[in-house]
Amino acid sequence: MNSLHMVSHEVPLAWYLLLSAVLFCLGVVGFLIKRNLITVFMSIELMLNAVNLSFVTFAHQWHQVKGQIFVFFVMMVAAAEAAVGLAIIIAVFRARATLAVDRIDLMKL
Amino acid sequence: MDSSILTLILLLPLAGAVLAALLPDRGKLAAWLALITTLATFGLTLHLPAHFDASQSGFQFAVNRQWIENPAIYYHVGVDGLSLWLVVLVGLLGPVGVLASWNSITHRRKVFYSLFLIQQTAMYGVFISLDLMLYYGFWELSLVPMAILIAMYGRREGQRAATKFFLFTFIPSAPLLVAILYLYARTGTFNFSELRILIASGSLPSGALFWIALAFLFAFAVKVPVFPLHGWLADTFGEAPVAMAMVVAGKLGLYSMLRFHVGLFPVQAHAIAPILIALAVIGILYGACLALVQRDFWRFLAFAALSHLSLITLGVYGFTFTGWSGATYQILNNELIDAALFVLLGALEIRYATSQIAAYGGIANRIPRLATIFVVASLAMIGLPLLNGFVGEFLILSSTFAGVSHGWAIVATLGEILSAAYMLWLVQRIFYGQESRMAAAAPASDLQVGEQLVLWPLAVLMLVMGVSPNLWLRTIETAPKPLQLQQARSATPVGQPDAIPVTNTGEVQR
Amino acid sequence: MLYLPLIPLAPFVGFLLNGSFGRRLPKAVVSGIALVAPLISFVIVLHAALLVWSSSLTLPVIEQNAPSWISVGALHVDFGSVLDQLSLVMLLVVTGVGFIIHIYSVGYMHEDQGYWRYFAYLNLFLFFMTVLVQAGNALMMFVGWEGVGLASYLLIGFWFQKDSAANAGKKAFIVNRIGDFGFLIGLFLLLANFGTLTFTEIAARLEANPAMTGGILTAIALCLFVGATGKSAQLPLYVWLPDAMEGPTPVSALIHAATMVTAGVYMVARTHFIFDRSPLALSVVAIVGAATALFAATIGLVQTDIKRVLAYSTVSQLGYMFLGCGVAAYSAAIFHLMTHAFFKALLFLAAGSVIHAVGGEQDMRRMGGLRTKIPVTFWTMTMAVLAISGFPFMSAFFSKDAILAAAFASGSLGKVLWFVGLVTAALTAFYMFRLWYLTFFGETRNHDVHPHESPWSMLGPLVILALLSVGGGWIGAGRFGAFLSPSLGVRTEEAAGSSEYLLMVLAVAAGALGWYIAHRMYNRPSTADGLAATTPAGYDLLANKYYVDEIYGSAIVKPLLAFSKYFLEWIVDVAILGGLAWLLAGIASLGGAILQRWQSGNLRSYAAWLALGAAILLVFVLAPYVFGASGIGLNLTGH
Repeated sequence: MNSLHMVSHEVPLAWYLLLSAVLFCLGVVGFLIKRNLITVFMSIELMLNAVNLSFVTFAHQWHQVKGQIFVFFVMMVAAAEAAVGLAIIIAVFRARATLAVDRIDLMKL
Repeated sequence: MDSSILTLILLLPLAGAVLAALLPDRGKLAAWLALITTLATFGLTLHLPAHFDASQSGFQFAVNRQWIENPAIYYHVGVDGLSLWLVVLVGLLGPVGVLASWNSITHRRKVFYSLFLIQQTAMYGVFISLDLMLYYGFWELSLVPMAILIAMYGRREGQRAATKFFLFTFIPSAPLLVAILYLYARTGTFNFSELRILIASGSLPSGALFWIALAFLFAFAVKVPVFPLHGWLADTFGEAPVAMAMVVAGKLGLYSMLRFHVGLFPVQAHAIAPILIALAVIGILYGACLALVQRDFWRFLAFAALSHLSLITLGVYGFTFTGWSGATYQILNNELIDAALFVLLGALEIRYATSQIAAYGGIANRIPRLATIFVVASLAMIGLPLLNGFVGEFLILSSTFAGVSHGWAIVATLGEILSAAYMLWLVQRIFYGQESRMAAAAPASDLQVGEQLVLWPLAVLMLVMGVSPNLWLRTIETAPKPLQLQQARSATPVGQPDAIPVTNTGEVQR
Repeated sequence: MLYLPLIPLAPFVGFLLNGSFGRRLPKAVVSGIALVAPLISFVIVLHAALLVWSSSLTLPVIEQNAPSWISVGALHVDFGSVLDQLSLVMLLVVTGVGFIIHIYSVGYMHEDQGYWRYFAYLNLFLFFMTVLVQAGNALMMFVGWEGVGLASYLLIGFWFQKDSAANAGKKAFIVNRIGDFGFLIGLFLLLANFGTLTFTEIAARLEANPAMTGGILTAIALCLFVGATGKSAQLPLYVWLPDAMEGPTPVSALIHAATMVTAGVYMVARTHFIFDRSPLALSVVAIVGAATALFAATIGLVQTDIKRVLAYSTVSQLGYMFLGCGVAAYSAAIFHLMTHAFFKALLFLAAGSVIHAVGGEQDMRRMGGLRTKIPVTFWTMTMAVLAISGFPFMSAFFSKDAILAAAFASGSLGKVLWFVGLVTAALTAFYMFRLWYLTFFGETRNHDVHPHESPWSMLGPLVILALLSVGGGWIGAGRFGAFLSPSLGVRTEEAAGSSEYLLMVLAVAAGALGWYIAHRMYNRPSTADGLAATTPAGYDLLANKYYVDEIYGSAIVKPLLAFSKYFLEWIVDVAILGGLAWLLAGIASLGGAILQRWQSGNLRSYAAWLALGAAILLVFVLAPYVFGASGIGLNLTGH
């Protein structure tokens, strides 16, 4: 039954962390560069999920469940934030008729 | 009663302020409340001289309870010969201020009188606090109502004047705080008496003490004010409501100089005294010269006040016993005279709606009572003998002459000529001569009952304090002298049989 | 019982009553209060004088246990008073002449609206003057000194609606203050060197110390003398006195002739024990006195206002008194003070009567021919004019003579000063008779007015004073000096024998010469002022009072004001100090403005800064692990 055994290559941990890092950087870059508020928001979500991935990775590495529990916290915060943030976006759009980040600068001193 | 009287005096105005804030802003309700509160507090303050034991040195009516544990801040209050009459003075100026504002403050009375009462508490606190941190708290507190009220009731540029006042007096209190904290870090106490002893015993490095004393001095000098830090004074007098302006200058700063600069750091104060003497004499002449050329009578009063406060500063830094007593007494006299002049000029402004001197002229016939009291106050201010101003001036100048230097005293006495010049010039310009156009067009009434109620007692006090100064000097003399400087010079020379025995002012041994 | 404290207190009560209630009281009550007060004082003084004369009272009477005024440290001043021969004489003059003038004022001020105010101030003046005279220590004297200055200010500016009167009052007070500055320095010196201000104690200390001369004492004496020049209108501080004529004429009589201005002389006499120790100070006093006498007399030659002539005459006569003090002939000076009070008060009151008669006119060029119309005034004034000119056996004859004789006997400087005094006597006679002729003789130059004699409330005092002017000197300088010597020190004053008579003759001759020239120039109908014709330039100089007021104005007053305004206010206060404050505020604002640009409102820039900050933090945290250093002490590994 050797053919039935899958070769259990472990995906090296480093690759997960690398992926996490790349996703995080993509999120940061998107946050900084993108003009559309919703896209900025999506970048934030991307960053959060990248972090989640790294948490899970380390949790698996150290065989601790703390990391995975933390992921739940992060996801909860992300959900709440998404709700509030989308509400703000809608309000901003109603007020300013635009979602371009550069044009929403009423908070300048 | 003795142990709680000071706390009562402190808290009664505060209670009044809270009550005024809670009551509706209708009519003169807040004004009446303020009047009752300040009269009651004044009555309480009179208990102090009545039961003061002049034979005892040290602080009386004292309370010393721990307030905060870490850092060790105590609620330590008390009065002695120096602060006793100053507390009564604050008490007196309370109802005076309320009556002075009776008709001139017409909107947002609630805010005005609540802040006024808070200011009263702050001033009482400054005079009776013996814990350095507590003192600092009240010192800072006294700035706030003043700045707010200047901004609210300013005549033309209230906000600018308020900002100027606040920044000028607030910025130097930052180094003051640092200095106080340094003292605490080094000695572990904020207690005034303990600090005095510790500093005198030489346990603190003299380099640091120099800077600390300087920080203390700087904060107080701005509040007095001392030339050249007087920039805030003219604008404040011009914009602040009468009741606030009459309490802002002089006594807090001068008292603090006597208590916390000369009192805590006698050696450093003595070392820097020559500079202050020079600044004081310059201030006397500078204020006088500038008063001569002002066009607005509030600014005029500011410079006249600068001149007279500089004389008191001279008395403080002359380091003679007579000079200190004279300076303390003169603080009382000056505040009284200034209060009267404030009320009088305020009365003029209510009637004629302008503070430009050139618009006035020849109104003595229409308002004879006001003119009479104005002349009396002016004479007191220029030091006519038998009125109160003369006593302090003579004590300070004669002690400066004998104990400091002939030259400085002679120059300072020139201020007497100039003060007669500018005060009589003002009196003539406003009251005598042909009636000016404005005066003829706006016929005004003589003093009202409320104004008379304030002014006649002040005028009588000026006479009484001039004829029987010993009633006050008796207790003022018991004020503690700085520890190391028992060798401060008296006003009479060495060798005369009736002089206080003096020794040389040698270097203090550590 | 002497009731000495009542002497100042009665007028003070009068002041309080009239000042507080006088506006509503009827004139009769006001007059009553105002007259009773000085009467009480005069009666008490008279009583004391009679007791002394009958030897029931020995002077000096020094008040024991006087209430303390200021007592702090080593400084103890009390309200002590002293009654000795000097103060008794002075009090007689002050309260006596004062009372007479109060009576006169009732008539003179009758129409005035401020009647009650006038008498309140007049009583106030009497209060302070008696305090000054009775003072037992220098500070009390200073109280009276400044106080009479106050009363003078109030009375000169009595008609304050007139700008000129208000200005004159202010000028008087300020110039007096300059003198007071000197007095104060003198007080400080006394206090610093003697530890006390009580006259008897200082005198005692000096007596115990016969070697003490010059030096400090000169300084003290000169400082006190500065005060005297201010109060007694000597060079250079006399400028307030002529302007003081803005006040009502009885005020000029009382304050600016008889009493207040003589306070300086009194003070020098009172502190003679200091002046005696300083020959330099005495010389200064004598020179200033003589110079002032001559100077003022020259100005008086050409004045056209009747009161101005008298004002300058007063300055000049005060100069004589100081000349007397300066040659240490104090009792002669006081003698002249007394006779001067009589005839000068008379002159002023009579001038007031003249002015009253011609309906307010004060310019002598518009008077004339009044001799027949106001005879009582004419005859009394004649007595005064004769007296001041040194007519033999009238009061001033004796007193002026005593001074001149003492001057002549005091060394070579004394002889020079004697000569100056002699010339001044001639000038005095000249201008007084000029006044006499212009006012009373010749044609009536003013036909609009119908001159009428004054009421008896005004004429009565004139007569009394005329009698005193004539007979007031008969006591003779010698006996007068002897009476005063316990308080003034023993002095041998008169020059011996025959030279004294020669001097007397010369003095009379000088007076006669002055009269003669005036007679030639003015006893004729012509209106032109003779002097103007002869030397127009000199005349202008004198008529404009040597331009002294203008010189003071441009040398002192205007520069001070300009300096204060342009330099002190604009440059120092606004530019420098204000500029510094503005600079500090500006730096703070600038810093704020720069930092403000960070708050752009631009989300992306905020995000970028956030990212940058996070990156930097990360670098800091990871650096030790990357570079193998000891780290920040954070235990990151969790092992």
